[in-house]
Amino acid sequence: MLSIRNIVKQYAGHTALSGVSLEINRGQVFGLLGPNGAGKTSLIRIINQITAPDSGEVYFDGEKLNQSHIERIGYMPEERGLYKKMEIGEQIVYLARLKGLSHGEATRRIKYWFEKLEIENWWNKKVEELSKGMQQKAQFVATVLHEPDLIILDEPFSGFDPVNAEIIKNEILELNSKGATILFSTHRMESVEELCDSIALIHKSNKILDGRVKDIRNSYRSNTYLIEYSGEKLDFTGEQPFTLLDEIASEDCYRIRLKLNDYTTSNDVLQYLIPKVRINLLQEVIPSVNEIFIQKVNQIG
Amino acid sequence: MNKVFLIIQREYLSRVRKKAFVITVFLVPALILAMYAVMYFIAKNSNEMNAVRTVKVLDESGTFGKAFKDRKDIKFQVLKTPVATAKKDLKKNKEDLLLYIPANYSSEDAVQILSTKKPSLNISGEIERQMNDIATNNNMVAKGIDVSKLNDVKSNISINAKEVTDKGEKDSSIGALYGVGVAGAIIIYLSLFIYGAQVMRGVIEEKTNRIIEVIVSSVKPFQLMLGKIIGVALVSLTQFLLWIILSVGVSYIANKYFNAPQSPMLGVFTALKTVPLGYIVSCFLFYFLTGFLLYSALFAAVGSAVDSETETQQFMFPITMPLLFTYLISVTFLAQNPDSSLGVWLSMIPFTAPVAMMVRIPFDPPAWQIGLSMGMMVIGFLFTTWVASRIYRVGILMYGKKASFAELAKWFFYKE
Repeated sequence: MLSIRNIVKQYAGHTALSGVSLEINRGQVFGLLGPNGAGKTSLIRIINQITAPDSGEVYFDGEKLNQSHIERIGYMPEERGLYKKMEIGEQIVYLARLKGLSHGEATRRIKYWFEKLEIENWWNKKVEELSKGMQQKAQFVATVLHEPDLIILDEPFSGFDPVNAEIIKNEILELNSKGATILFSTHRMESVEELCDSIALIHKSNKILDGRVKDIRNSYRSNTYLIEYSGEKLDFTGEQPFTLLDEIASEDCYRIRLKLNDYTTSNDVLQYLIPKVRINLLQEVIPSVNEIFIQKVNQIG
Repeated sequence: MNKVFLIIQREYLSRVRKKAFVITVFLVPALILAMYAVMYFIAKNSNEMNAVRTVKVLDESGTFGKAFKDRKDIKFQVLKTPVATAKKDLKKNKEDLLLYIPANYSSEDAVQILSTKKPSLNISGEIERQMNDIATNNNMVAKGIDVSKLNDVKSNISINAKEVTDKGEKDSSIGALYGVGVAGAIIIYLSLFIYGAQVMRGVIEEKTNRIIEVIVSSVKPFQLMLGKIIGVALVSLTQFLLWIILSVGVSYIANKYFNAPQSPMLGVFTALKTVPLGYIVSCFLFYFLTGFLLYSALFAAVGSAVDSETETQQFMFPITMPLLFTYLISVTFLAQNPDSSLGVWLSMIPFTAPVAMMVRIPFDPPAWQIGLSMGMMVIGFLFTTWVASRIYRVGILMYGKKASFAELAKWFFYKE
């Protein structure tokens, strides 16, 4: 769907992107992660043809990115805004027509979306009369109205209250299930894992990691498990098939974190423990994307 | 191109629908109507003032008496009655005036003019002038100077300006040409500022509303800038057109209902008739439009470089300087010397030409100068639009950066 090859972008004094390459497949929900100032927005602006890269190419569906692709992309920037003095309905019609929809078609689709989001009676309201969350709903409608193949959302959940964020999240997932590819950027990595199929980590203008979320996390497995048990406190003298990492005692149970010895599995651990105590919980400890990111950044130094 | 049209449409409609626009459209014809009304009442009053007044002369000195000459609005009548009776009569005939000249008339404040109503300056001035003439004449005769010879020597010249053209001589009114030229320059100067600032405010609005990034993901920044400039230009043309139509309409109605044949403004109108108004209006529209395109592109660039209107000051100064300078020079020096070399130069430079040329146009500058100036205007606005768009495309996406001229220059050289 989208192939980004060796993008370099420099601004006077600093480099925003140094040789970033990404592959985004059709139907994916792709997360572009990284701290503020890493270069995410620069990359997104290049995909939207707002700016051009110094070198490197972007291919959209196999074709080199050009003006005709604009109508197939829906973009909601991080800094969102609408004309304050203009009526909502008229304004979204205008934005949709700039994306190539006809007046009638735009009107019909807005009515559908307004009903769906239960904001039918907003049509003649001016933007300045709406609350911030309401404005963002309207903005979301404007972004997806022309049924783009690729929806790009820059920090989509910042500024939404939890209820509206949930509504918007569900709408995004529904659009994805209908075939739209979603690319969104965020610096809040914890929000990503449940939403994204694939991610790329950007740090200081470089891509430091990318791939499917599942694959990445699997590659960061370290045979570490969390176990909660109740009963007598156990002493680990070295006969057990694992190394104890740490141990926390709470009111009526104990939590231990352990690392398997070579050539053992979690089953060996259970077999060792079951005769001695009652097991409440066994869970593999896989680092979160956030932890992977920090680990990766530290590695690079 | 379709998208530029959409932008033009939005910019145009959002401005034309504003209350302020509708009000200003009707305000100017309303002012013109008010002007006609004032003229009408002035004319009516002057008719009243022009009624014939009788001045009764009570001359105790015997010097003046019959020497007063009647004018069409003043009649003199010599009285032989004593002062007291004359004063009593005055109360009966309220329109009359009584001129009392005592024997020692030359002493200060001796001559009196008495009336129930205040005498107009016109009448008392006329009497004073005649009395002085009479007294001077008498003195000259007394000193042995031949007054009739002296009158022969006196000349009375008044100039009638005639312009030699291909169609023969025609009356021309220098005053009207001057007035039309200066008026054109003032209107261009003001409207360049007013509408240029509208473009700038529009750009700042889009930037502070943060809608800019949504829009430039659909259209090129240049298209947006162009659409905005053309949209505002159409708004201004609509305004001018409505003003012209409504003013002509109002004038027609006013002429019909406030028919005041002796209106003092009538002279102004006959003078205006000698000026080729159609030609001047076309030139005005050309210079306004090209001047607007030139300046509004710069205004747009300034708007893109700042985060709020208060920050525009430092950039506005160098932009408005040439305009202000030409304006001041034009209404003072150029209007008196339209064909001076300074005038020719100023009307060639695109930044100053709209104002300078407007002052010169009524005085018929050579065709090659108008042609060259118009050509320069077109080149000028293409050039500033190009420069401005390069600054604009970078500026609109910059936030929180205090822009300086060095910064703007850097933006100009950015690759896409």
